[in-house]
Amino acid sequence: MAETVSPLEARGPQAKPGGRGELGSERLITELALYRMQVELRLFEKRAYDLFLQNLVKGTSHLGLGQEAVAAGFAVAMRPDDYTFCTYRGHNHTLARGASMTAVMAELLGRSNGILHGKGGSMHLTDVEHFAMGSYAIVGAHLTIANGAAWSAQYRKSGQVAVCFFGDGTTNIGAFHEALNMAVVWKLPVVFVCENNLYMEYTPIAAVTSVKNPAADRASAYGLEPIVIDGNDADICYRSALTAYERARLGKGPSLIEAKTYRHGGHSRADPASYRPQSEVEEWLKRDPVDLYKARLLERGMQSTVLDAIDAESLAKVDHATEEAKAGPPPSPDALETNVWADGGAAWRN
Amino acid sequence: MAELTYRDAVAAGIAQEMRRDPDVVLIGEDIAAAGGVFKTTVGLLDEFGPERVRDTPISEQAILGAVMGAAMTGLRPIGEIMFSDFLAVCWDIAANQIAKARYMTDGQVNLPLVIRTANGGGFRFGAQHSQAVENWAMAIPGLKVVAPAYPADVKGLLAASIRDPDPVLFFEAKGLFADKGEVPDGEHVVPLGTANVLRKGKNCTIVALAAMVPRALEAANRLAQDGIDATVVDVRSLVPLDTRTILSEVSNTGRAFTVEENPRLCGWGAELASLIADECFYDLDGPVVRITTPHVPLPAADALEDLARPSIDRIVAEVRQAMER
Repeated sequence: MAETVSPLEARGPQAKPGGRGELGSERLITELALYRMQVELRLFEKRAYDLFLQNLVKGTSHLGLGQEAVAAGFAVAMRPDDYTFCTYRGHNHTLARGASMTAVMAELLGRSNGILHGKGGSMHLTDVEHFAMGSYAIVGAHLTIANGAAWSAQYRKSGQVAVCFFGDGTTNIGAFHEALNMAVVWKLPVVFVCENNLYMEYTPIAAVTSVKNPAADRASAYGLEPIVIDGNDADICYRSALTAYERARLGKGPSLIEAKTYRHGGHSRADPASYRPQSEVEEWLKRDPVDLYKARLLERGMQSTVLDAIDAESLAKVDHATEEAKAGPPPSPDALETNVWADGGAAWRN
Repeated sequence: MAELTYRDAVAAGIAQEMRRDPDVVLIGEDIAAAGGVFKTTVGLLDEFGPERVRDTPISEQAILGAVMGAAMTGLRPIGEIMFSDFLAVCWDIAANQIAKARYMTDGQVNLPLVIRTANGGGFRFGAQHSQAVENWAMAIPGLKVVAPAYPADVKGLLAASIRDPDPVLFFEAKGLFADKGEVPDGEHVVPLGTANVLRKGKNCTIVALAAMVPRALEAANRLAQDGIDATVVDVRSLVPLDTRTILSEVSNTGRAFTVEENPRLCGWGAELASLIADECFYDLDGPVVRITTPHVPLPAADALEDLARPSIDRIVAEVRQAMER
């Protein structure tokens, strides 16, 4: 996402050139990118929720509120041409690659200016131009598909990495195990990121899983190092991502990272999440990734006016996207029978 | 012209395309070092090397997922599912992912890929290794469905499938693997969506697919001795479907028979009967007759399997009976 505040200005008087050197300003750019991205994702998802309540978003939707640090940390660490594969809880991950906020919002609203022109919906956000290779709504499938992109990168020697995000529930489906095994055997440049938000839909993951850490405790079965990280800490996510991406680019094969996090809302639009103990929710809200990161940056000497400005700019961006999205007309009837095939049509006979 | 077996024509088609396009790669269980359990990929590892011809674990979802991910990122992969029955364990990737990605993304995602699979009965393998499941694929928008009967078409249609910009499910008739036929020398490509009229007759039109085609043709030869002169059409491709050729051949004779290896309900012939009723009704001299496997899982014992799949004798008998009515 574009920087609109110069890193040196942002840092305030203590960040003079020569003070921390090149490395310091690079770090600052990263910190601001991580902060801005988390704020944008947070405000976008809150707006999406408001639009559900107004019945402007039809169908279902799975929000990533509370899980912004994983999306931001792993995306900021990517090369622009690395591939992202994500699930139906994919608004964050798609936006994090630079997809147009207006187009994503319009897709939720079923409008022709949607990123998929209204044909995919919330659960299938894709932006190939930004290497966001799709949001997949059948649990497990996209781990195998991410392998394919990684295999292609390996074959083409492009140095790209495929990064595949999925939930804790995915670790209990067969495709997870098929994908992990093949990725290791083929030494694929793929990074599997389990966002363990403690619930598979409505059921605590611990109640239906044979091991404590649903992804990491399975890693050894595939000869991989078990990695558990704090998924609410954007810095940790960012650094873990860099390590895994480097390993992949060096030809050392896949990584499996389990990021512990928490969704602030229910599984989907229909779910008030009343099955979660209030004390648990409160504990996790205290560890809100956006608040946590803001506090950290302030502690590191960032001026609050800089962060406030990012907050205000992000809100303005979401407002603007909402208005643009709402202004889009519904898809035209011709769209119904287009793009089944590469010739643009839907003909199955002559 | 060279005489090749059906199985050799598979390898010939793949090799032809791998020579002309370095983006074509092949994966599957036992396809590389072993040359395929049906010996349909013999010689490909030696010629193209392990980067392009790759053995996989027994992980059908991982195979089709890899093929999809590779296709959407610039390769033209071919994935083998050893038996078409096994499509049931990876149908999510075929039916939910591969078939729908282009439509759901309104054209952002391109999937130039081929899923090859050995299909149909005749080997006494029982109900889980003998099914003819072209109709499963035909029911899913977004998949092209090809099922050749002769070695020349195996090579030519496989080449066209690999070059096609859309996902193709390519059904190889395992009952025909040992059959021989003339295959044109040099580059050979047969366009998808073209039915082939194998025999021109005056009295009825028999429409058949894959392993049923040689049987239908032999049945027509026998029927000719009884004075029933049949047209025989090899459908070759269910999606896209060459309705122009098929419906015109039905209209020419006024009688239509389908010969289908699939079980009765919702076989491809049912769709064809519906099209014939819609578009050729006033040219018909009698009802469309579907000759199919009965609606049962395929039994293993040779006596029962032979009874289940449409035989030349059964085709002859059913056509004769209907024509005499």
